[in-house]
Amino acid sequence: MSSVRVLVGTRKGAFILSSDGKRERWDVSGPHFGGWEIYHMKGSAVDPNRIYASQSSGWFGQVMQRSNDGGKTWEPVGNKFVYEGTTGTHLWYDGTPHPWEFKRVWHLEPSLADPDTVYAGVEDAAFFRTTDGGQTWHELPGLRGHGSGRFWQPGAGGMGLHTILLDPVNPDRIFIAISAAGVFRTLDGGQTWQPVNRGLQSPYVLPDPDAEVGHCVHRIAAHPSRPNVLFMQKHWDVMRSDDGGDSWQEVSGNLPTDFGFVIDVHAHEPETIYVVPIKSDSEHYPPEGKLRVYRSRTGGNEWEPLENGLPQQDCYVNVLRDAMAVDSLDSCGIYFGTTGGQVYASTDGGDSWNAVVRDLPAVLSVEVQTLP
Amino acid sequence: MIRVVLPYHLRTLAGVGAEVELDVPGPVTQRSVLDALESRYPMLRGTIRDQVTQKRRPFLRFFACEEDWSNDSPDAALPEVVASGAEPFYVIGAIAGG
Repeated sequence: MSSVRVLVGTRKGAFILSSDGKRERWDVSGPHFGGWEIYHMKGSAVDPNRIYASQSSGWFGQVMQRSNDGGKTWEPVGNKFVYEGTTGTHLWYDGTPHPWEFKRVWHLEPSLADPDTVYAGVEDAAFFRTTDGGQTWHELPGLRGHGSGRFWQPGAGGMGLHTILLDPVNPDRIFIAISAAGVFRTLDGGQTWQPVNRGLQSPYVLPDPDAEVGHCVHRIAAHPSRPNVLFMQKHWDVMRSDDGGDSWQEVSGNLPTDFGFVIDVHAHEPETIYVVPIKSDSEHYPPEGKLRVYRSRTGGNEWEPLENGLPQQDCYVNVLRDAMAVDSLDSCGIYFGTTGGQVYASTDGGDSWNAVVRDLPAVLSVEVQTLP
Repeated sequence: MIRVVLPYHLRTLAGVGAEVELDVPGPVTQRSVLDALESRYPMLRGTIRDQVTQKRRPFLRFFACEEDWSNDSPDAALPEVVASGAEPFYVIGAIAGG
């Protein structure tokens, strides 16, 4: 019988939630790396027991961890992240040039073909790769060096490369997203990149409506069967692209607010997408104190609130950009974690929700492994 | 034999107790002690000093013999009682964060 493993990164450690395919009873393991920030954990698609974790701390910096047994035991691997070549500068908050400084790994994306190859998105924004299971990491400098890097500027949360989408059909095509620079695409495995932000509007920070970079993209997602269709939760606006990022259209439709962080796609319905609307850029909690996931079955524009099982009064948590994931069981499971330490799960595509855990540290990331 | 006391989170990372003992060849300085520590426990690389600049991480301090050595030269000789193992060399996590 299939089972699921939910990998939860929090402000104070990692937790692993396990259940059989019914997803009714859960085993909670953790905290692993207690007291450390776990920005992200993710398992290999080809070897699910191989899991990588980004562990960091304001005191001790970046540590990388690897498990070969599904998270039961861990071993520290390489944690040396050095920018290639001339480090260069990006723009600081005040508009002055500021040298690139490595701070932490935000996101890990294991290769779809090789468990020893993993991509890492880091702050200050850059794209790294290991091909030896995490022992050594090397920057693919074409991203920062393609020309616009010196104009990138951090958002309030830092200048992190937070999303990596691997094309399951074409391994040389990768999309990444940076706050607050935008979406970038490579067609040659990461050697060269181009910004793909046409159609994004960010008048609150970019007076030029045709600005190529500088957009505060919070998250992008795609269904594996349709890698040319991308969905985006931006600082404000929910967007979609039907041409592999060449152009974007707004699909916020009837959402109560189009600010938010997460966006994800149903495992079996490529036009069914999920967001969690957040009141505003300075009020990072749900409107009206009601935690509601919104689902569109039409790829955007027409949205319905999902609230069954979610708190509908006095709820003022946030759901951060890497904190939603889906499983691939027949009845698709949707999972998200909150800054209040709850991890909610739906086993019916979002119609109803249950809290798997309620009192973890603030959740930074949620990933799901569907196991045979 | 040099004795080094590590903060809690580095003990758990390295899988050691409160104090580790190290053989340090040559002059006993911050640099030689930390080089020996990282050589024996490579998972500590980057957690005390920046891996490229070798500078002390901002929220860590180095104490010995009831004195703060954090801003001394990494190549300055540590006290004889540290070199002899009579007193430990402390790596301290600053009071910061939440």
